[in-house]
Amino acid sequence: MAGKAQVDPPGGYEAAANAQRLHRNWLLSLPAIVLLLIGASGPLLIVLVYSFLHPGDYGGVIWKPTLDAWFKIFFSVDIFDETVHLADAHLSIFWRSVKLSLLTTLITFGFGFPTAYFIATRPKSQRAAWLFLITIPFWTNLLIRTFAIMEVIRNEGIINTWAIRLGLIDQPIQMLYTEGAVLLGMAYVYLPLMVLPLYAAIDRFDFHLLEAGYDLYASRWQVFRRIVLPLVSPGIVAGSILVFVPSLGAYVTPRVLGGGKKMMIGNFIELQFGQGQNWPLGASLSMLLLIVVAVALLVYVRTISRDRADA
Amino acid sequence: MPETGPHTPATARRRADFSVQKMPGFAAIAIACFVILYAPIITLVIYSFNAGQSVALWQGFSVKWYYIALENRAVQEAALRSLIIAASASAISSVVATMAAIGTTRTGAFKGRTAIYLLINQPLMVPEIVTAVALLIFFASIKVATGYGGLGYLIVAHAAFCVPFAYLPIRARLEGMDATLELAAADLYATPWLAFRRITLPLLAPGIAAGAMLAFVISLDDVIITEFVKSAGQDTLPTYMLGQLRRAITPEVNAISTALLALTLVLLSVFFVLTRARESRSD
Repeated sequence: MAGKAQVDPPGGYEAAANAQRLHRNWLLSLPAIVLLLIGASGPLLIVLVYSFLHPGDYGGVIWKPTLDAWFKIFFSVDIFDETVHLADAHLSIFWRSVKLSLLTTLITFGFGFPTAYFIATRPKSQRAAWLFLITIPFWTNLLIRTFAIMEVIRNEGIINTWAIRLGLIDQPIQMLYTEGAVLLGMAYVYLPLMVLPLYAAIDRFDFHLLEAGYDLYASRWQVFRRIVLPLVSPGIVAGSILVFVPSLGAYVTPRVLGGGKKMMIGNFIELQFGQGQNWPLGASLSMLLLIVVAVALLVYVRTISRDRADA
Repeated sequence: MPETGPHTPATARRRADFSVQKMPGFAAIAIACFVILYAPIITLVIYSFNAGQSVALWQGFSVKWYYIALENRAVQEAALRSLIIAASASAISSVVATMAAIGTTRTGAFKGRTAIYLLINQPLMVPEIVTAVALLIFFASIKVATGYGGLGYLIVAHAAFCVPFAYLPIRARLEGMDATLELAAADLYATPWLAFRRITLPLLAPGIAAGAMLAFVISLDDVIITEFVKSAGQDTLPTYMLGQLRRAITPEVNAISTALLALTLVLLSVFFVLTRARESRSD
């Protein structure tokens, strides 16, 4: 290295090499950039524009700017006396989405934390196998997993059929098409998303710290709350965001298990592009969802970088 | 933990089998968790072999629902379409992702790298329903303008959201590779292209294969974007299954699910073999 520094003239080559590298790297990334701009990011700008336009009569838009679609997210105007009301129907869908997503996050944490802890405390040779058992459902088609839940809880499903056969009940219990069914389904399909980051955090945890805690006469609960939880909190934040974000935008699970009655934001957005025929409202709702998700991700990045700075 | 350690005074009050790591009830919840994760899927697979119409009452073993699914024209076409889209999307996204990975890995920071990262990982962050709506609007206007209504839209959309899944394993592989081999090739007067073809590409191949495999699985599983982008008569297996929901459910759906599940499992196993091979070699 020292010899090389003597050969290189100061400045010149280095700057030219940097410029060339920049050029090369961008050129290599160009196909990916173009593909993603066409197939993912670019069209989002169109949605943003559409959210400021008037709806067409049979879908589509009329190219006249307005804030109407954003206003209609939260308010509705009475067609007779033109008074402004809160849009109760919309708010109840938002409330259901947020409530179910938070509950999903809580439930997956309740089951996911002990599971991740269990895997991380297995002998090293077994851990990969246990982890593999979590990754299989993670990569399994979400629709198939939702189907599996549906077949279990349907009126003609396995629970009701056997409960009737065993004489526990005479009428099937309606479980499908309820909020509970949507919650169960979301907790079921997103559980691996909670376990994997929690495992990554617990795996790095130094268990000698627990020994130190017990030596200082801490109880199990104290050790857990004062040592384990604070040290694995980045994993908890990561898991919670990873579950909360897709829950909030869920579409398949509420459609299959909620049956169109227990709609969430995702289904409501779809409705605007289908029967609702109000594309601008669908666009503004999409942007609202995107904003909420962006805020959640920002919190996540902040927490992670603060954790890195601490370490 | 040996009981005769330097900490004997503190451990004396504990039971002999005291384990520092153990938390009460955690193992039970964890086992329950694994049972809950697998019970519905296993039930679904078992009832695909049911002889009767029911997905709850066992009426004997039979593979007739697999025959019925195989002979169903709509299923045949949807399956073929799924495979064509997944293969195309996987091929496109892994080529594009390989180039991007070489451009963004092992080169040090450069202007705009964060922007490229963000763009590549965007499909992982934006809710799928939002992208689906955006693509619906965008492709609808292109359809009107050009009159083209083929599978191209679905392939482009799938290739785009597959890029991050292809990119991540390729990048991981690149980061673990020894840069001096390429320098040695350059010292021996290999052109950059020759060095890439004879050194980088063979070393990178397992990463690219792993990335292509993941992309294939992700494309095969997609429901939401496909549902919004597809034209009439362009059902893939997942959207076909979603459409069947409105009708009476027979074990035929279970049979299709099981077949799809088996295919995913095979691909995942190959993926894990490919990535495991890397880990054991770098040890």
